[in-house]
Amino acid sequence: MTLLADAPARPPAADPRSAAIDVEHLVKIYKTTHAVEDVTFRIARGSITGLLGGNGAGKTTTIAMIMGLVLPTSGRIQVLGHPIPEESDAVRGRMNFESPYVDMPMRLTVRQNLTIFGKLYAVPDVRGRIAQLADDLDLNDFLDRANGKLSAGQKTRVALAKALINEPKLLLLDEPTASLDPDTADWVRQHLQDYRKTHDATILLASHNMLEVERLCDRIIIMKRGRIEDDDTPEQIMARYGRDTLEEVFLDVARGRDREGAR
Amino acid sequence: MSGVAVREGRGIALHRIGAMVLRYWYLLLSSWPRLLELIYWPILQIITWGFLQSYISQNDSFFARAGGTLIGAVILWDILFRGQLGFSISFLEEMWSRNLGNLMMSPLKPIEFLIALMTMSLIRLAIGVIPMTLLAWFFFGFTFYSIGLPLILFFCNLIFTSWSIGIFVSGLVLRNGLGAESIVWTLMFVMLPLACIYYPVSVLPHWLQYVAWALPPTYVFEGMRALLTDHTFRADLMLDSLAINAALFVASFLIFLALLRSAKRHGSLLGGGE
Repeated sequence: MTLLADAPARPPAADPRSAAIDVEHLVKIYKTTHAVEDVTFRIARGSITGLLGGNGAGKTTTIAMIMGLVLPTSGRIQVLGHPIPEESDAVRGRMNFESPYVDMPMRLTVRQNLTIFGKLYAVPDVRGRIAQLADDLDLNDFLDRANGKLSAGQKTRVALAKALINEPKLLLLDEPTASLDPDTADWVRQHLQDYRKTHDATILLASHNMLEVERLCDRIIIMKRGRIEDDDTPEQIMARYGRDTLEEVFLDVARGRDREGAR
Repeated sequence: MSGVAVREGRGIALHRIGAMVLRYWYLLLSSWPRLLELIYWPILQIITWGFLQSYISQNDSFFARAGGTLIGAVILWDILFRGQLGFSISFLEEMWSRNLGNLMMSPLKPIEFLIALMTMSLIRLAIGVIPMTLLAWFFFGFTFYSIGLPLILFFCNLIFTSWSIGIFVSGLVLRNGLGAESIVWTLMFVMLPLACIYYPVSVLPHWLQYVAWALPPTYVFEGMRALLTDHTFRADLMLDSLAINAALFVASFLIFLALLRSAKRHGSLLGGGE
């Protein structure tokens, strides 16, 4: 039940053909630190895009600004056709995220946590959705265990379940397979690919795992010191740097070897 | 197409407030020390001050005549203090568990978050103060509820002040991280000498009386003393208190929004540490 002007509230109209994420000349300066400098990109609906870069490259700040958790110093952000942060309320219910910088209440069980987030996102059949996620992400063995008593890998799966509770059209993931063993990580990656296909969802993920990015992403944006260093398909980027793997490209970028001088 | 039909609203959604109250309720039930803490201090307070009141009453004719003013003051002070703590501790739980980012990213709106915190403040207050009032009656024969209708006005004024302070300090913690946590525990104690909880305003130096009258709880404690000592209900004091409270409440809400915006500018919402 809602009060005031919420009967049934209509978010401001958005162009359905617009990009899932549209970022223009984004800048974030913390006092004297330039975390993000003049970043511009568009992410098509239904795509998986990887945001690559070393520590301090500006990936997390960029994602946080797209989520509306950090206000940009300047620049423009549109998510699912709505300007952020002005119309955040219109899109929050259709997006979700997972990040190592946030956690869920430790004393609450997995089921309790997912129930609360299901209700926050107004999921119509919360119990059914939790049962479905528990099957999909193999949570049944610890569904009634306190979040604080889970292993790191289990916590990552629970965080992913929370990120999928509202079946978001836009999923923002920061290191989605961190702390997972290779088998579970591979299984999660497969799940994300299936989710994208079945829900026509857009996924933007920041990762240090180059194999993961190579396997999952249609497109890669490489960031360094707050700027976009490169932006293309994994194949094109590897070809441009003359490398066989993204890991080699990553090292070239991190160590300041340019495309021509990489080999 | 997404299989979940998500409702998006411009107004205040009760289901989101309910979800947050449920979250704090689960937490309370999961931890018996949290429950015990809610009633432990109020009980110690009432027993200590109740015996002091009994002792003074036997030796001083004024206190014998104004029976219950000390115990009444202790209970009303606890409503003020624990009302704010109940609000702020629920907020701190989000900081301690690093859950604030999840909430701020969800459709939950700041006003809904604050209403949930106010609701929890009432629930926590009830758990702590109701046993306290029963003990006051059982041990010292002081029937707190016999104050009647004025009690509702005392309560409303005190709880509004406690929420205003709670909203303000939560904004400070939001902006400055857990390094500002000590403010949550200590700010309300400014009221202890200035709001004249245990003595009349006339005791203060003349210049300090202006400060005291700027604080809404001062009117409540003066009103309580007038009621218990002179058996007079001062409606004027309650209205004055309500007017200052309204201004304080709006100001604290606007400050909270400004601090939230500042936290987003400084990137404080993702960390939450010191």
